[in-house]
Amino acid sequence: MKVKTPSKLEKILAAGHYAVTSEVGPPRGSDPENITKKAEMIKDYVDAINVTDNQTSVTRMCSLAACIRLKLMGLEPVLQMVTRDRNRIALQSDILGAASYDIHNILCLSGDHQSFGDCAQGQNVHDLDSMQLIQTARYMRDEGKFLGGGDIGRPPNMFVGAAANPFADPFEIRVPRLAKKVAAGVEFIQSQCIYNMEKFELWLKMSGDRGLLDNVYILAGVTPFKSAGMARYMKNRVPGIEVPDELVKRMADTPKEKQPEEGINICIEQIEHLKGVEGVHGFHVMAIEWEEMVPEIVERSGLYPRPTVE
Amino acid sequence: MIRSITQLKSEEEIDRLLEGLMRVFIVGCGTCVTLTHTGGEPEVTAMNESLSKKGKLITGQTVVPVACDNLTSDMLGEFGPQMDQSDALLIMTCAFGVQTIARQLKKMVVPALDTLFIGKETGPGEFNEVCIQCGTCIIGETGGICPVTSCHKGLVNGPCGGTDNGKCEIDRRKDCVWTMIYNRLLDLGRLDSMRIIQPPRNHLGEPTPGKMILPEA
Repeated sequence: MKVKTPSKLEKILAAGHYAVTSEVGPPRGSDPENITKKAEMIKDYVDAINVTDNQTSVTRMCSLAACIRLKLMGLEPVLQMVTRDRNRIALQSDILGAASYDIHNILCLSGDHQSFGDCAQGQNVHDLDSMQLIQTARYMRDEGKFLGGGDIGRPPNMFVGAAANPFADPFEIRVPRLAKKVAAGVEFIQSQCIYNMEKFELWLKMSGDRGLLDNVYILAGVTPFKSAGMARYMKNRVPGIEVPDELVKRMADTPKEKQPEEGINICIEQIEHLKGVEGVHGFHVMAIEWEEMVPEIVERSGLYPRPTVE
Repeated sequence: MIRSITQLKSEEEIDRLLEGLMRVFIVGCGTCVTLTHTGGEPEVTAMNESLSKKGKLITGQTVVPVACDNLTSDMLGEFGPQMDQSDALLIMTCAFGVQTIARQLKKMVVPALDTLFIGKETGPGEFNEVCIQCGTCIIGETGGICPVTSCHKGLVNGPCGGTDNGKCEIDRRKDCVWTMIYNRLLDLGRLDSMRIIQPPRNHLGEPTPGKMILPEA
């Protein structure tokens, strides 16, 4: 695929390297060091760093400000943007704000429902949905226009991504849904955490058969278990995540003090396995509140050092 | 038939709203709130007893046939003297009834119910919201099922990742509407409808507050 933006992430993918991204969650406070320290920890091991947007609907420092912090450190942020909290005026406005700092990647999401967060009684917006936000980001970039039709002075120049969850039901809807995102203009996908390899590979194969993978890069999402409890929680409590019994058992059969290590081992095995799967273009390592393990995961998976691109 | 679906406010809130108002006249309605057991004869009588025990003077009670009807003021006419003596009318109807009464009588009104949604009785004792009156109907492309109303996020371009075995992740009593739409379109052989990318909604379709004036014939 031809490179269309100055995004380093896009260039690495276009050059045929496995891309590696990870994420940092902004703090429940205004201390900038919280972000910069996490970023320092992982910066040499990833190509781009996602900054989550009030994830799980818990109020945090805004994604845009945290992305600017990363940009000022010379790093490559991926601005996560959910449609839950802002209408189309605010979304376009924030895209321009990000563009003014030459933030070149955006991930378009609908966002967790507010009832999961700390403002459960709040109102969600969804003036646009994730599909329409993809279209908006592309329209602003490619046409240099606002949704309202007016011209943008110095249009944003962002590589446009979205999420995909092959594990949510009904499964039959999941490939068509990717097709719809591709039709809307998405250029890269970061998947939900993958534990059920078979299902992910089936989804990827069906997507490939439909010709979708010629038009979109797929970054496989992985999340290491910190404990057997976490594996059980992900299996039983988080809709849209599938954890096979044998993985839960493997974690549970490991002595408690060895469980974090075993979780990392599993994650590395998953990456090794996924490297052999056609259609996987990179990895999105989501080490939730465990960013310090990202270097080890990347290094032991043979993904270090990271390539350099012009 | 569409119904106004209501819920009794908490005792605490009703007490607060009636603070300092000693003489109270209670009005119920024979239509929707009778069906939902929130403002019919038995509920009005129970409210009368409960407030009397708290020391309120109940000047009277009645259940009008249709509180949101313009004839309500006539219906209430026979209670004129009792109402005149009251500090407030406690209205156990939906907000349409409360507002109709407030408009017609110069009296302080206190709603006893919260109006939840306009819905339909889809089974015995089960009510579901079917339309939020958005003014820009898209159900011609979603198998006659409305995602604007029935998706918790109002998503019009397919499901989020939170479908949980056909239910919505945020409320297991509710079906994932996009699973329902998918199944319906599959049955109808119209899955291609799901490919349509719905544009951002036109909130000018009918801006809130809604108003319509029919052109003269």
